Amino acid sequence: MLRYISRRLLSILLSLFLIITATFFLMRAAPGGPFSGEKKLPPEIEKNLNEYYGLDRPWYEQYTDYLVSIAKWDFGPSFKYKGQTVNDLINEGFPVSFFLGMEALLLAVSLGILLGVIAALNHNKWQDYGAMIFAVLGISVPSFIMASLLQYVLAIKLGLFPVARWESLQHTVLPALALAATPMAFIARLTRSSMLEVLSNDYIRTAKAKGLSKGQITVKHAIRNALLPVVTYLGPLSAAVLTGSFVIEKIFGIPGLGSQFVLSISNRDYTTIMGVTVFYSILLLFSVLLVDIAYGLIDPRIKLAGGKKGE
Amino acid sequence: MKKRLSLLFSLMLVLSVFLAACGGFNKKESAGEKTGGEKKADVSQELRVNINTEPFSLHPGLANDSTSGTVLRQTFEGLTVIKDGKPKLAAAESYDVSDDLTTYTFKLRDAKWTNGDPVTAQDFEYAWKWALDPKNQSQYAYQLYYIKNGQAFNEGKAKAEDVGVKALDDKTLQVTLENPTPYFLELTAFYTYYPVNSKIAQKNPDWYKNAGPDYTSNGPFKMTTWEHNNKIVLEKNENYWDAKNVKLTKISMSMVNDPNTELSMFNNGELDWAGSPTGTLPTDALPQLKQEGKLHVQPIAGTYWLKFNTEKAPFNNVNIRKALAYAIDRKAIVENVTKGEQVPAMAAVPPTMFPENKEGYFKDNDVEKAKEYLKKGLEELGLKDVKQLPPITYSFNTSEAHAKIAQAIQDMWKKNLGIEVKLENAEWNVYIDKLHSGDYQVGRMGWLGDFNDPINFLELFRDKKGGNNDTNWENPKYKQLLIDSQKEKDPEKRKQMLKDAEAILMDELPVAPIYFYTQTWVQKDNLKGVELSGLGDVQFKWAYFE
Repeated sequence: MLRYISRRLLSILLSLFLIITATFFLMRAAPGGPFSGEKKLPPEIEKNLNEYYGLDRPWYEQYTDYLVSIAKWDFGPSFKYKGQTVNDLINEGFPVSFFLGMEALLLAVSLGILLGVIAALNHNKWQDYGAMIFAVLGISVPSFIMASLLQYVLAIKLGLFPVARWESLQHTVLPALALAATPMAFIARLTRSSMLEVLSNDYIRTAKAKGLSKGQITVKHAIRNALLPVVTYLGPLSAAVLTGSFVIEKIFGIPGLGSQFVLSISNRDYTTIMGVTVFYSILLLFSVLLVDIAYGLIDPRIKLAGGKKGE
Repeated sequence: MKKRLSLLFSLMLVLSVFLAACGGFNKKESAGEKTGGEKKADVSQELRVNINTEPFSLHPGLANDSTSGTVLRQTFEGLTVIKDGKPKLAAAESYDVSDDLTTYTFKLRDAKWTNGDPVTAQDFEYAWKWALDPKNQSQYAYQLYYIKNGQAFNEGKAKAEDVGVKALDDKTLQVTLENPTPYFLELTAFYTYYPVNSKIAQKNPDWYKNAGPDYTSNGPFKMTTWEHNNKIVLEKNENYWDAKNVKLTKISMSMVNDPNTELSMFNNGELDWAGSPTGTLPTDALPQLKQEGKLHVQPIAGTYWLKFNTEKAPFNNVNIRKALAYAIDRKAIVENVTKGEQVPAMAAVPPTMFPENKEGYFKDNDVEKAKEYLKKGLEELGLKDVKQLPPITYSFNTSEAHAKIAQAIQDMWKKNLGIEVKLENAEWNVYIDKLHSGDYQVGRMGWLGDFNDPINFLELFRDKKGGNNDTNWENPKYKQLLIDSQKEKDPEKRKQMLKDAEAILMDELPVAPIYFYTQTWVQKDNLKGVELSGLGDVQFKWAYFE
């Protein structure tokens, strides 16, 4: 196990290095810079700014400097927001995105599994069709339409929640729902199909033959095995959801990291682009690792230390 | 069994973290949510607006964008302030100007910073020199280049002592200018010219990064909360010299960067104002709002125009440029595409500066003339037919609004002149780079005035290599007129010079104006006294709820 994790950590480090390098050069290759605007700056001022931020130095110096400061977890000052560092942006934006993502994730997982299980247990009955129509809608309706719809119905027409902004728990409900819709539908479908598969297995029949109640069979034997594909999906999903969604954050005016990330690219805010990319990559790489470890916990048949048997 | 227990346990852990976070969340805000006019007698004087994004910086010397300007205009005050389109004295009580119009002596009134410190002439001197100091990286330092040696100091060619701003005593500020600047009192109302509390700034160089006791300002409102990327809260500044005329007690500025959401929030009573100048309304909603009689429209000093690269064929030919400019039906664009009651532009300087420019220098959609010019142009280029024209590409930055205008113009050129045009769009930064480096043929651009003077629009085309010209056009007569106008003391004569220059520009047409900008918004009916300038600036000092 330890050997496995240390090997994985090494490969994470390597991937990170490749990501940083690729982003660094792609970013510089894009036309325009952080100070190009509608009103062009006098050349002297632009030169002065470039000197201050070190943008006039040769690329290899900038690149090595950058690697060193990333290793120190110092992402530098933001170009777009004077007086704020990229570390500030991440420290302020990430908890918001994380909180919203957590809320959405809980909604998606709990409701998704519930729907999926109900559908599978009532295979080809109205509950099944109902849940699956719901799921198809959830998957096919894009989140920005879902968001506007929720705003219109629940906020403007029914007056249950505020339209937008990030102030109280009430404000978080609509964005969390909008964010959860698609993954919830996806999880419902995943759960349903794997439940159906599991339910037709021999050991379920054995359990039935032994006289266990339907509830016991479902909870103790079926769901647990049916959840494996859901866990697989959970890794990338949580990385995607917890890092914040640009669309949802924009529509609801949420000060999260997701909108910062996209905006930083159109602003050519070099330091923010790099900082957030590195931060996201780390999250993503580790969430994949965590999922792999979780496999082992849920399904003992999967051996993490892999390869030993074959040797 | 054990594994399931651990799974359950970890799930519970996650849940408890989640709930704990919720708990901390609820407490923070509950007051100030409800604002509604129940009784006429004590209407809540709290204003809620949207400012779209986080401001670049709330240091007057560093700010360089309209969002920062919107906030600073409420919290700070310059020597003058623009009211009813004219500069009025504000932090200054009186001023003298020398005969050659290059030396201004301002007497400051007795005013205080939000922390009680007196506002002194030294604060102005400190602030202007700070912004000009190259080590402070101010992108808008060039707004202060009118001051003697301002540019030289900013470029490291002069010392701070040489800059033409000096506090003669605590209440007297002497400003020496590089050239006579007829619009200098307009400039002193601009945020780069605001003072900074020098006592605090010298002690704490990071004073401007967050709200707090060190964030002091001298305007009608003080900033009490600044949650980055989320909201800014301003409250009435009791230390302000004219506090008795400030009726709003609080202004909440949220940062929602989605026009549809902004309008929904307004409709749901979460905002008192939606749209320009602080926020944006969705274009699609404009006709509906207009029909309901809710839409407010005001012209502002901005021109949407097409730039021609006059060094690339066929735009090196003035008659071809004229043909293209004359063959555009601006009225149709304004009515059917942009829908914000914009004004068709047949001139460069907006009517807010030259009222007679509502008419313009040529006729809109003059297809007959356009055809004549096209024929002449083709002859001069030695071409027999329109088909022989080199391929033409119209560029714009990716956006639905610009795309629609481009398609309309493409259609008009084809129908009226038989000229085929290819459309090409690029992301904003890529586009601006192409435009500034001359890698384009025809491209759209908008220009908004910084201060209320025609020079704002005309000086763009003074020098071929001036950073914002882009057209590669230069005309010695035009240039001379602008240079002379700078030294002219008689405002009427000066205006004539500028008009003559504009006439040259509109005869040579390195740019084809399309329309003059307007700003559109919706607001609570009982909100009065909001001061909107022709530049698209807003001041809430005199605003109140009835």
